[in-house]
Amino acid sequence: MVTPDLISSLYVFILAAFIGFEVIRRVSPLLHTPLMSLTNALDAIAVVGAIILAGERKSNLALIFGTIAIVAATSNIVGGFIITDRMLKMFKSSRTQKP
Amino acid sequence: MIPATHLIEATYIIAVVLFILSLKWLSSPATARHGVWAGEAGMLLAIIGTLMYHGIVDYKWIAIALVLGAIIGVPLGNVQMTAVPQRTALSHAFGALCVTLVGTAEFYLRTPNVSAFVMSVLSLEVILGGLTITGSLMAAGKLQEWLPQRPITYKGQNFVNLGMLAIAVVIAVMLVRNPGQTHLYPFMVGIALVFGVMMIIPIGGADMPTVISLLNSYAGLSAAAMGFVLNSKLLIVAGSLDGASGFILSVNMSKAMNRSFTNVLFGAFGQVQTSTAGAGEAKPVRSATPEEAAAILSAANKVAIVPGYGMAVAQAQHKVRELYDALTKRGVDVKFGIHPVAGRMPGHMNVLLAEADIPYDKLLEMDDMNSEMAQTDVALVIGANDVTNPAARTDPGSPIYGMPILDVDKARTVMVIKRSMSPGFAGIDNPLYYLDNTLMLFGDAKQFVNSIVRELTGAGGGH
Repeated sequence: MVTPDLISSLYVFILAAFIGFEVIRRVSPLLHTPLMSLTNALDAIAVVGAIILAGERKSNLALIFGTIAIVAATSNIVGGFIITDRMLKMFKSSRTQKP
Repeated sequence: MIPATHLIEATYIIAVVLFILSLKWLSSPATARHGVWAGEAGMLLAIIGTLMYHGIVDYKWIAIALVLGAIIGVPLGNVQMTAVPQRTALSHAFGALCVTLVGTAEFYLRTPNVSAFVMSVLSLEVILGGLTITGSLMAAGKLQEWLPQRPITYKGQNFVNLGMLAIAVVIAVMLVRNPGQTHLYPFMVGIALVFGVMMIIPIGGADMPTVISLLNSYAGLSAAAMGFVLNSKLLIVAGSLDGASGFILSVNMSKAMNRSFTNVLFGAFGQVQTSTAGAGEAKPVRSATPEEAAAILSAANKVAIVPGYGMAVAQAQHKVRELYDALTKRGVDVKFGIHPVAGRMPGHMNVLLAEADIPYDKLLEMDDMNSEMAQTDVALVIGANDVTNPAARTDPGSPIYGMPILDVDKARTVMVIKRSMSPGFAGIDNPLYYLDNTLMLFGDAKQFVNSIVRELTGAGGGH
């Protein structure tokens, strides 16, 4: 039952995890809170699965669960990006700050 | 004419690239905001691509849900900075809710024709998702102080928790062997949901940074598992990025608290709280008034301010900024020493101080601050306790022995703003308060800092 799809998915998973480790390791602890809110917003890409689930409307359960899932994920996308940007806007260096 | 499926895949591939760039740009405050824009662009592209999918027969509910989600999201994006930890916990719950609902619907659509592999990852998806939903809601409730913050522990707690998790895994295995047993499925999700609650019950406030990071990691992993179920590479990438991020933060946090990672993984937090509370013999302490504190501070060349959760609770960050301004104006070199677990989530203190317009190059990581501590005239501790406790270095009997701390006791003078002598949340006595070079400043953090600022600006001949 090990399909080529599965194998390529595993490759993607492993490579993405490595990229994730390498990229995120470099994020300064200064920005760990925005990092968490940003990855949380990106994680809400799960909305694409929810959109297809609700849109295909294969059953009432799928429609209801899919719709609620879209609401939950969209609120994370919108809220997550807004608050990350608000936080990052606040970080100023003393060189740029002093008039 | 390019087929729509290729076009959709193209949007997904571009989205993946943008997501990775988004995190890469976050590595420096100078480029960080580009990261947000890249993330937004990738997200928008992927959603538009998905909406082109030919299998979608009904757009009405999708549109309603997108609008509703945006309406809920805007206020969640505009909470006060002090409320960011609970907002983050809540968003982990929402993310996990999405993943769990989709996984559940997929199960009922596909059963009994689910391959063993898909059933395995689907089980992983909903178990991790389920425990993240309730766990994060509990964490958010504790952070918002809607739930009692005291950790609740009982004998055999780990046994009960691990037992529940084991039952959920056994059910998952049964479903993998025969996915037609739909009656078992609700039990698996139900146990995961209850486990999430049980997992957070023994967690106290000081453990929150680790827990939030861990829940972040779980939310990411469950999304990656969902990617396997739906065969969506985009989801696998986004989920593993989030999972990796949460994992790195959890490891950082557990190192900063000197806990082994397995200790954290199995949710065995909070056992520290039960030990050595109230070894209360009255030892002499020296205290000082705002006037005396102001005089010592203005005579200093180098001041290190160490903030903790108490600063957030007292909303004192703006007053701290005034203190920073007043001292800087007098030529005093002021830096901030940030312990990785200060506050209630990773990076919490940095965000609050940045909100108060303190330049980020004055915010030093623990090791950098410690290397300057011996040359520091005054270390001012505001609302921090355990992260400054020298017993972590010197007393092998202390529950926090071995935890890396900010060595404020090595500064010439230590001043600690504290409400009273009662031990902190963890109930661990802090020998720092009885040192000869320590002055206790009793009072509310915000008011006390305000009094110092008034002394400094008033005595200095005004503005």
